[in-house]
Amino acid sequence: MVDDVKVIAEVPSFTVTLMVRRYDPEVSEEVKWVDYEVTVYGTDRVLDALHKIKWEIDGSLTFRRSCAHGVCGSDAMRINGRNRLACKTLIKDLDITQPIYVEPIKGLAVEKDLVVNMEPFYKAYRDINPFLIANDKPEKERLQSPEDRARFDDTTKCILCAACTTSCPVFWTDGQYFGPAAIVNAHRFIFDSRDEGAEVRLDILNDKEGVWRCRTTFNCTEACPRGIQVTKAIAEVKQAILKGRP
Amino acid sequence: MSIVIETPNSPRTRSQANLEKYGWVFMRISGPFLIVLIFVHLISNLVVPDGGIKAIDFAFVAGKWAAPFWQWWDLAMLWLALIHGTNGMRTVVNDYTEKEGVRKTLVFSLWGVCSALILLGTLVIFTFDPCPAGAAAELLPSFCPAVQ
Repeated sequence: MVDDVKVIAEVPSFTVTLMVRRYDPEVSEEVKWVDYEVTVYGTDRVLDALHKIKWEIDGSLTFRRSCAHGVCGSDAMRINGRNRLACKTLIKDLDITQPIYVEPIKGLAVEKDLVVNMEPFYKAYRDINPFLIANDKPEKERLQSPEDRARFDDTTKCILCAACTTSCPVFWTDGQYFGPAAIVNAHRFIFDSRDEGAEVRLDILNDKEGVWRCRTTFNCTEACPRGIQVTKAIAEVKQAILKGRP
Repeated sequence: MSIVIETPNSPRTRSQANLEKYGWVFMRISGPFLIVLIFVHLISNLVVPDGGIKAIDFAFVAGKWAAPFWQWWDLAMLWLALIHGTNGMRTVVNDYTEKEGVRKTLVFSLWGVCSALILLGTLVIFTFDPCPAGAAAELLPSFCPAVQ
């Protein structure tokens, strides 16, 4: 009887190798790839493996994570060459016969291990005025039809994880480019029927470093962990600039 | 111990009016035109005449440029292709150069080469002499006095 319970309770586990790009400027200026072997389960995500490394093998490993459930957008990283959220990437879905490569997202300065300086990313976000601009006093509810709401539904899903912006080859070489995430968040307000600041935002994005920098490579759409059609949103903003209105 | 990590991202400076929008629109309009221009050019040069590419010689080109239709066709192709191509190269340069001086030099050279080619090409199309004096008769198009 006891043996039966034991057999049922045992969840199959397997061993994977994680190659993590380590960088600690307080120890060495050198960047190195360090491999860790961890035992994980079929339900484990890359974030669980990173936790295992940090808690059981090497406490100095540094990475960001908060909610660990794909909502806060803290743990975007480059896993096997693709930008993903570590908390949404199941290890069993990756090729576990090979080491899993984990590195910080590209195009932003690495501060330590998997932590990058997000400030330029947030700066671009702030630059597009990511808040409702309305001239009338907020005395009554601002009504909106379901159709008007659906117009920008896709871009409300952004969690500012930077997976899109740091997958963009233009952003890698040109740190001035607003980047997909900022444009997505501008789109969210430009196409909101309650908002009156579309012209301001369209003018901001008509900048030399604005939407025209986009080369439609679709890296951003592929990288988005929320499934936002990022490239499509950028194209809609381009069209809105051409028309002069949303 | 505090470490200052250099950031690759310099603060964004709001630039004033720029032509990026018009550049983008130009690429999208000239693209379809170029597809038609180039494919008609290829078909009329390589498929329609007997002998394909072997049929193209001085006489063939001279015969074509005797017609204003083909002069203007080739002129449109020349201008659109060069400006389209140069603008494409300009965006590549803007994307991938890191030093402002290098970027400016490359973009300046690109437009320099583009204007020189457009000027030369336009000059050739409109000042072309299909029947140069003293040329061997078998090399000339059939309508030249030397052939008749």
